[in-house]
Amino acid sequence: MADKSHRVPVKEQEALVRAKNFEEVCLGYDAAEAMEEASRCLKCKNPQCQKGCPVGIDIPGFLREAEEGNFEGAYEVISKYSALPAVCGRVCPQESQCEAKCIRGIKGEPVSIGKLERFVADWARENGIRPKAATEKKGKKVAVIGSGPAGLTCAGDLAKMGYDVTIFEALHKAGGVLVYGIPEFRLPKDTVVKEEIENVKALGVTIETNVVVGKSVTIDELLTEEGFSAVFIGSGAGLPKFMGIPGENANGVFSANEFLTRNNLMKAFDNAYDTPIFHGKRVAVVGGGNVAMDAARTALRLGAETYIVYRRSEEELPARAEEIQHAKEEGIRFKLLTNPKEIISDENGWVKAMVCVEMELGEPDASGRRRPIEKAGSEFELPADAVIMSLGTSPNPLISSTTDGLECNKHKCILANEENGQTSRRGVFAGGDAVTGAATVILAMGAGKAAARGIDEYLSQGE
Amino acid sequence: MYEIVKKELLAPNIVRMEIRAPRTAKSCLPGQFVIVKADEQGERIPLTICDYSREAKTVTIVFQTVGTSTKLLAEYEEGEAFFDFVGPLGCSSDLLSEPQEDLKAKKLLFIAGGVGTAPVYPQVKWLHEHGILADCIIGARNQELIILEQEMKEVAGEVFVCTDDGSLGLKGNVNDCLKYLISEKGKQYDHIIAIGPLIMMKFVCLLTKELGIKTTVSMNPIMVDGTGMCGACRLTVGGETKFACVDGPEFDGHLVDFEEAMRRQQLYRTEEGRAVLREKEGSTHHGGCGYCEET
Repeated sequence: MADKSHRVPVKEQEALVRAKNFEEVCLGYDAAEAMEEASRCLKCKNPQCQKGCPVGIDIPGFLREAEEGNFEGAYEVISKYSALPAVCGRVCPQESQCEAKCIRGIKGEPVSIGKLERFVADWARENGIRPKAATEKKGKKVAVIGSGPAGLTCAGDLAKMGYDVTIFEALHKAGGVLVYGIPEFRLPKDTVVKEEIENVKALGVTIETNVVVGKSVTIDELLTEEGFSAVFIGSGAGLPKFMGIPGENANGVFSANEFLTRNNLMKAFDNAYDTPIFHGKRVAVVGGGNVAMDAARTALRLGAETYIVYRRSEEELPARAEEIQHAKEEGIRFKLLTNPKEIISDENGWVKAMVCVEMELGEPDASGRRRPIEKAGSEFELPADAVIMSLGTSPNPLISSTTDGLECNKHKCILANEENGQTSRRGVFAGGDAVTGAATVILAMGAGKAAARGIDEYLSQGE
Repeated sequence: MYEIVKKELLAPNIVRMEIRAPRTAKSCLPGQFVIVKADEQGERIPLTICDYSREAKTVTIVFQTVGTSTKLLAEYEEGEAFFDFVGPLGCSSDLLSEPQEDLKAKKLLFIAGGVGTAPVYPQVKWLHEHGILADCIIGARNQELIILEQEMKEVAGEVFVCTDDGSLGLKGNVNDCLKYLISEKGKQYDHIIAIGPLIMMKFVCLLTKELGIKTTVSMNPIMVDGTGMCGACRLTVGGETKFACVDGPEFDGHLVDFEEAMRRQQLYRTEEGRAVLREKEGSTHHGGCGYCEET
């Protein structure tokens, strides 16, 4: 009997090879590996893992099927809960959710739930299995704004219940952050994202791209003129933050959103596409979250020597452990406890260096993390020809400012009930980053799911 | 897909197209812009709206073929369709929200430079529809590049044309024309709206500041999404960073940092910028954006 305290290792592209391409880093399990890993599940009577999942997937249920090699059955179990398993298997922070609660993890390594979810979803896709549309229709139309994780989940769930759902997407391609934000090497667009969106369409959901709600059409018009009975706002948190330091508008300073959008949505890395990207030879990425890691690893792949500049220490890095490890393996250099003060440009207005100051950690602040304090007299220049600001994002006020009676907090986040997504405006629901500010794919999906239930309740009560 | 209902050459390299885009046509207002993407691989190109018809569900765009992407747009013929067309984006002209009594009491002048005449037109037309006649200066390098003169005359108060080479109208640039109107023709203006190349807007603003005339400009910087997501279009206005796509495109011209805007525009545009890009980017710079080839 094999030692079950350890995970079946998963294959990855070699660090030095992948640092030069945009192919996926993790190669995933094969069927035999998946069955073996699934057999590590203890099938707890009271599965903690399921409680750790924001969409409540019956994890032991799908693992049981996978262990038997019944991957179609496993896919059916997951599909009841999630419309985007191939995405979640790749980008969910499982280590702090389902896997963090796995009983196997107490004495050894937890079951590799994320990698198994990914395998099952990939297997289903490769074998042409698609979810089925609802047979009974409710005869009511629901509008979903935004085709990111929250919107797709809400739309998929509502379609399964029999609602006639249309998603409105502002960009020319559906997927939201899955398409413009997360890079190809972490989440392949054509094979994974596009196909999962096709699955949502297979449930009967219509997606209309190039519609900026708040500009092309308002929520009031959707409700009064276009016959929608309810609206879900899943428009995300798309506005980039800048530091407000001198020199920030120099040529060569980008938001992570711009850099990643050019590369991911517009495919600037591919010469067949027309959109240009400027990546420099020596790039400083400011920030320590997943988006910062994505931007840094993208810049590296485009050929730059790349630095992460973060004002706290390694322990406080908000990015997933796996992403930090991957970044390090690929050769990203970490300038920790370092904070930019000013960006210096050359005589033509292009970035040439960033003035930074060293930091030390003081007492914990409101976030519970130790507050970084400048070390007096420790200023130094970090040479760089491009700077990418990855300081987080906030919700776009386009929708809230054009919808009467929709209340927001001071950060422009829409106020919505966590249980059912209900906003201050009757018939209007919201969830995901538009409500919480920048968070994760799976939390947005959880909110989309809760709102789908809330919308169903609302519409079942005769509005 | 967004069908090209009508296509017309206004000048050797300036194209006018009417595009069927029902949602945009229904909601757009003067001053706003759209983003057009010709095909799957194309760039997203921001273009200010030139006209629209709520009935025909069409939006009119006018663009100069200056680089690969705009040349690609110009290759499309009537009956063909663009992959993507999104809008309206940005805020409508401030004039639209001013009380009409106030507007009627004001002397308004539009200064249109080259292809910038296109975004001026719907504003002048809107004013005309509301019983307000604004004057308009149309300036260009030469006669061939003067566009929409006839259309403008139908909706404006007085239209004054000037060309650098004197081939049509007054010989000189738009500032020469403005000075002439004020000193020779005794004209007085309360508010000027100037739309054209950055360099033109900059010099108009320098002059109007001296003259003490409130001046609005329309900025069209490098953009990706046009909805506030990327921040590529950021400008400094009155010491604050603004995003042209959501805070603009129109701003108080006397507060815009034109030096910075011109520098940022050069990112993909000038010979110098191009050389920098070639050196810094190698094969990933493919000139698709069109900025490199613009003069």
